[in-house]
Amino acid sequence: MNKISLFLVLLVMTLPAEARDTIRIVGSSTVYPFATVVAETFGRANNGFKTPIIESTGSGGGLKLFCSGKGPSTPDVTNASRRIKKSEISLCAENGISDIIEHKIGFDGIVVANSNNGPSFNISRKDLYLALAAKVPCGMKDEVTCVNESVTWRDVNSSLPDIKIEVYGPPPTSGTRDAFVELALGGGCNTIPWIKAFKKKDKSSWKKLCYTIREDGRYIETGENDNLIIQKLVSNPNAVGIFGFSFLEQNTDSVKGAVVDGINPTFETIASGEYKVSRSLFFYVKKDHIGSIPGIEEYMAEFMSENAIGDEGYLLDNGLIPMPKTIRAKFQKDSKSLANIQY
Amino acid sequence: MSNIIQRNKSEKRFQFYGLLAVGLAIFLLLILLFKIFSTGFSAFNQTYLGVKIQIEKGENLAELDARSTLRKNLRNMFPEAQSRSDKKNLYSLFSPGAYIEFEEMLKAYDGDVIDGYYYFLASDDLDMYFKGTVTRQGNSAGRIKPSQMKFVDEFVKMNLIELQFNRYLLGSADSRNPEMAGILGAIYGSLFAILIAFVTSFPLGVLTAIYLEKLTKQNAFSDLIETNINNLAAVPSIVFGLLGLAIFLNFFELPRSASLVGGLTLGLMTLPTIVIASRSAIKSVPPSIEEASIGLGSSKVQTIFNFTLPLAMPGILTGTIIGIARAIGETAPLLMIGMVAFIVDIPQGPLDASTALPVQIFLWQDSPERAFVERTSAAIIVLLIFLFLLNITAVYLRKKLEKKW
Repeated sequence: MNKISLFLVLLVMTLPAEARDTIRIVGSSTVYPFATVVAETFGRANNGFKTPIIESTGSGGGLKLFCSGKGPSTPDVTNASRRIKKSEISLCAENGISDIIEHKIGFDGIVVANSNNGPSFNISRKDLYLALAAKVPCGMKDEVTCVNESVTWRDVNSSLPDIKIEVYGPPPTSGTRDAFVELALGGGCNTIPWIKAFKKKDKSSWKKLCYTIREDGRYIETGENDNLIIQKLVSNPNAVGIFGFSFLEQNTDSVKGAVVDGINPTFETIASGEYKVSRSLFFYVKKDHIGSIPGIEEYMAEFMSENAIGDEGYLLDNGLIPMPKTIRAKFQKDSKSLANIQY
Repeated sequence: MSNIIQRNKSEKRFQFYGLLAVGLAIFLLLILLFKIFSTGFSAFNQTYLGVKIQIEKGENLAELDARSTLRKNLRNMFPEAQSRSDKKNLYSLFSPGAYIEFEEMLKAYDGDVIDGYYYFLASDDLDMYFKGTVTRQGNSAGRIKPSQMKFVDEFVKMNLIELQFNRYLLGSADSRNPEMAGILGAIYGSLFAILIAFVTSFPLGVLTAIYLEKLTKQNAFSDLIETNINNLAAVPSIVFGLLGLAIFLNFFELPRSASLVGGLTLGLMTLPTIVIASRSAIKSVPPSIEEASIGLGSSKVQTIFNFTLPLAMPGILTGTIIGIARAIGETAPLLMIGMVAFIVDIPQGPLDASTALPVQIFLWQDSPERAFVERTSAAIIVLLIFLFLLNITAVYLRKKLEKKW
């Protein structure tokens, strides 16, 4: 027994920090289903490269790991369901990563959905804000805000169903939540003129007002698990859920998406940008690793190929919504020329 | 003092409450097992579609392009599929795995003419429809559109859809195509990790217990160690993940996602449990046996290794296996050291990147594809079987090593 543990200790001590031959990818759980498909296709292509290893760490966590330094112990690529922030670029620069290649791969819609057995929702972003924000304008008259006390959807807008507001959605750590708050609630906020005017004056208070979700139990955080939300919706026809379009597409037999601002969430409306609650998906590559870790350029080429993200690419089967051809062409060109990110 | 009738009554009541508690526990367990088995059972079978393959003499089978040949034979079966979109709909009923299977078949085929029906892997959408997970509404079912359904109906009419044993589930590693996804990579990862956790924590734990129990004097220092070990046993597992990250990845620079690191981390996590179990097992060895051994002239260490340890072994092993069984089910510490990842290659050794069984379950239950629901349950079944075998081993070892005195 002693010999075994001695051997193990020695093994641990003598292992060299070996050079990697597998691409390491971290980042967003929203991009994960797409990146994994690309990785699998890439690995199966018999080009002599190993299948990349992809960890689902969330956009923020991924960028933090990505920017922590250079060398084989750090990831080569990070996925993000939002654009990289200025602060993250400077964190990268501090750790010696000056060249980052940005890739936009497509869109992901966020849907507000309920059970097929429940009422149909035809809702505006303003309704969503008034129903879900912690603070809303008091009545119509003054420019003051009160604590949100609406109980039913009808309290918010008389054309909506007379059922209790009960919304299952992602927790604050989720990128889906960030995007929903920004696009739906923020968008709804801006339809109220005085709040919109207020944004110019004091952006941080505006954010606090528009981006804060109520905490009185009407909005129920369900963990970062969209399948769980769908199960809740099936068992409770009066509940409403917030999740990614790809989950709606897989479960059309049990849930339906709400019409938001007059637009039905479909593949076409999200691709054309008519459906407003949608966001762009990205991945970022560390240029310094190209050349030392085999296959990065080939992986980039596979991901950016028309075969993957084009109008009929294979990622569409997994729920990715393609970008217009011109935008695609720009990012494909930047990817080929290894152009540094423009911020 | 209450009379005998009342006391008997209260005893009956107490027995009834006990029975109720046990009954409730069994009932809930049965619900859980029923749910898992009823959902997961269908994942052990997989939908296959029959295709009439005709390859004439003179072709070099091993050099044929599997993808285009299979598609050509498919078009021969459905000459009405002329337009590009119709062809695409027809092809989409098959998994990418169908082409791989066909390629393997061509390579292994003995002979130069193929003529007959062969079955190939269907897509996950069709799998879900055929198993009844998604119900048909008019001419569509879930993700199967009417334009695809007409081909599905043809296959049904020709009786060319069948369920076969799912050889991917236990024979391959993760995949983003549910019909080709398997848990073999995760099983290997779990096995490596558990083995490493055992060989590191068991000797360390037992030696620590012997030292604390037999070789050191009871003083403030040993009290301090004892308190700390008891505290460590209650520390949440994610903290051990952070420790693993700091020590094994950042300091020793071991490869990320390797089951070696996972095993060492889980070993650290199991260590306090083993120490505590071993100490109480050692404590329960009758002192008369040890005194006899000392009295006959053995040294302290001889006594420990010849008498105390063998007699304490059943208890030590039970504690160890319970600790290891807990470690098998952990995901949180593995998250920190990068084992929660998409890994397609089956690990060849403990230094290769790999996942573990609970991690695979965690990753699958979060996937949008419907077909992963039943596969998640199937993976849980395999994990439960794993745990069951471990516990059986624990009971067997205890029975076998138990000595009466």
